[in-house]
Amino acid sequence: MRIDLTETSANAVAAALLQARRKAGSPAMGMVLTLIVVTDEAGHRDAMRAASEVSTEHPSRILGAVRGDGRGRPRLDAEVSIGHGASGEMVLLRMTGRLVKHPVSVVTPLLLPDSPVVVWWPTDAPADPAADPLGRLARRRITDAAAATKSRTQVLAQRARRHMPGDTDLAWTRLTPWRALLAAGLDQHPVRVTGATVEATRGNPSADLLAAWLRTRCRVDVDIKVSDGPGITSVALHSAHGDIALTRPDGRLAMFTIPGEADRPVALPRREVAELLAEELRRLDNDDIFEDAVQVLARSGAGASRKPARRTESTAGSTTVTARKTSTKKRSGKAGSKLEKKAPKKTKKQQKARA
Amino acid sequence: MTVPENPLRDPQDRRLPRIAGPCSLVLFGVTGDLSRTKLMPAVYDLANRGLLPPGFALVGFARRDWAHQDFAKVVYDAVKAHSRTPFREETWRQLAEGFRFVPGEFSDDKAFANLARTVDELDEARGTAGNHAFYLSIPPKFFPDVVGQLKEHGLATAEGGAWRRVVVEKPFGRDLASARQLNAVVSDVFPPHAVFRIDHYLGKETVQNVLAFRFANAMFEPVWNANYVDHVQITMAEDVGIGGRAGYYDGIGAARDVIQNHLLQLMALIAMEDPTSFDARNLRQEKQKVLAAVRTPDRIDLHTARGQYAAGWQGGKQVIGYCDEDDIPNRSSTETYAAIRLDIENRRWAGVPFYLRTGKRLGRRVTEVAVVFKRAPHLPFTETATEELGQNALVMRIQPDEGVTLRFGAKVPGTAMELRDVNMDFAYGGAFVESSPEAYERLILDVLLGDPPLFPQHEEVELSWQILDPIVSWWAERGRPGQYPAGSWGPESADEMIARDDRAWRRP
Repeated sequence: MRIDLTETSANAVAAALLQARRKAGSPAMGMVLTLIVVTDEAGHRDAMRAASEVSTEHPSRILGAVRGDGRGRPRLDAEVSIGHGASGEMVLLRMTGRLVKHPVSVVTPLLLPDSPVVVWWPTDAPADPAADPLGRLARRRITDAAAATKSRTQVLAQRARRHMPGDTDLAWTRLTPWRALLAAGLDQHPVRVTGATVEATRGNPSADLLAAWLRTRCRVDVDIKVSDGPGITSVALHSAHGDIALTRPDGRLAMFTIPGEADRPVALPRREVAELLAEELRRLDNDDIFEDAVQVLARSGAGASRKPARRTESTAGSTTVTARKTSTKKRSGKAGSKLEKKAPKKTKKQQKARA
Repeated sequence: MTVPENPLRDPQDRRLPRIAGPCSLVLFGVTGDLSRTKLMPAVYDLANRGLLPPGFALVGFARRDWAHQDFAKVVYDAVKAHSRTPFREETWRQLAEGFRFVPGEFSDDKAFANLARTVDELDEARGTAGNHAFYLSIPPKFFPDVVGQLKEHGLATAEGGAWRRVVVEKPFGRDLASARQLNAVVSDVFPPHAVFRIDHYLGKETVQNVLAFRFANAMFEPVWNANYVDHVQITMAEDVGIGGRAGYYDGIGAARDVIQNHLLQLMALIAMEDPTSFDARNLRQEKQKVLAAVRTPDRIDLHTARGQYAAGWQGGKQVIGYCDEDDIPNRSSTETYAAIRLDIENRRWAGVPFYLRTGKRLGRRVTEVAVVFKRAPHLPFTETATEELGQNALVMRIQPDEGVTLRFGAKVPGTAMELRDVNMDFAYGGAFVESSPEAYERLILDVLLGDPPLFPQHEEVELSWQILDPIVSWWAERGRPGQYPAGSWGPESADEMIARDDRAWRRP
């Protein structure tokens, strides 16, 4: 059922929710969390759809905070809907005028008592999510560096410097299948990792995070190379015995390489936002591993080790093998790692200069 | 160089799923219903969720003149028709390279030699590294043949760090003697830790939640005993008849088919003491302890009931009676409904009867555990006010509509003080595209990971038969069971049985 409220107040919205639930004949609430989706008029439809898909796994009250034009009289319009295929409740809150600056006052009466609050910024997020007024309400703040529309290459690095427990990014969530396969590869072949290479499209935040993670875990230098994508196209762990590698040129099917064994195909499709969100909501405690990776980024600045790749290396697919070989050689010499250490400072300076 | 620990693993990193190591699953009984509707789709769904190792292989063994691609086609059709997650070409390609088929009879030496070669070839080509699980989705009468052949051809043992496991499905025998026999056959070849008995009920999220519910919360455990609990009802009702399972079902009956495994396992989870940890050994110990404390009624005639469905109407459809089903003898004495009362002789449960019932062609399909509490010792209301007030109950809904219901009294709105029972419901999230796994997915993955907590060991199986044997043999001496109309909630004798204890069945 759907209730439209124009020029309303948050209290009226709360009353409408209660009424809708009563009318549906189910006074019981099985909802486990409140999910606040901070979005705009252009993006709210997709975001709310993704959120409602997640709601079948995590029954929740979804509050879509749509910030409209900041000029003029403060005004709140709301759209309350429950039971549209989702198991929770959905409210779209359109704020305009000066109200745009006070979304917390709208959201506060609508939070589920005592259960966790999660804020999700589907596209652009504040530079410091934990300090954001809506972000402060939440136990978990989900951003998506890959969906940022502005200053995409630095957004992750900026956020990394201000990282607070409870912050998480979908660029990290996208990595779970990659990380799982790499870990499984090392389970099977427990070799000493001497270096690693990640290839991805330019400015891919997931690639930065993957490299940072490998750096903290294996304590080796990690190369990031630019490829034509889509997304991450390959990652290789180098060792004296050869590479443990995953190569995914088409964004769907990857080749899994283990030293001394035939290559094997493995499905590694790029996941929908709803799936990523569902994974995020499965755990609401702090993700220490992500924090470690982010701290590496904060120290070095994202893309610090990114070097302009030579033409032969930049094309994905058949040439990746040669690209990997050259980098292995480089890793074995000390000169390579020195270069690596110098690089971050430079970029930091550059960023400062730009700011 | 010493082998370092895997630096990418960290107990704090709870996002990383456990992916099974390189291995293969060898499926006996490829053409069976279970294989096509459950096992093959489960394998695909696991792959789709990224939980199978690259290089995983699925080997089919059956008496069919098939090539590898014919087998692949069978799997393809089964996956298309029954898989839970969406079909993805890339997942299919990952799996398809690992399909093998070995034709032959269970007694055919050549076929098993061929299987041994196939397995070796997989180790070579797919890197399965000698790790193979044999899933016996076949009638138990073939177990000796197959298990013997596996031993004969060196398939039952592996070298180095590799493993061999065998998976068997219920029924684990038809009484204590046959269960022991069956176990002797299997354990002669495979060590106990390599034998996985699948009771798919234990793979269900809701069943596992029984443990979470009991041991993660502070507010239920204090009342979880004879001081507060009046009795417990465990129900598994099916709306369907025996369908195509006539050959298996007749002579087995409801008690052996369902109570021995599903219901007694559920009862053990509801009644057991808290395990010191959730590892397989501790869980098993507690389950065994409580099953060993179960006492069958002295008067089987008074505290058990059975029945057989007669023709009638179920859910708006006219259906035939059990004896009219295909391949069922006209005067079959197999019961399709069974209800028994059990008592647990320990401090926690003394005097609290557990009523277990199951049946086919009942009112609707439902599995639940209802813990019914005693009445409040004193009610400061007039008798008329509490006339409609029943007993508090906590119901764990196992399937469908998974969740928990709490039933308690509340005041009826209005001026007079009048009390009536109300329900408070908690519902689990529905099946999300990728996340809520089927029981078989969980169990197959656990087999491949070698994770045994959810699999009953033969001690538990034997204890269950010890509980059930006196009852089914008493029934066997007394001819045919009474009948109940299809679509009802069972025979009258079942209502009388529980009425003798001044109680009544819940309508689930």
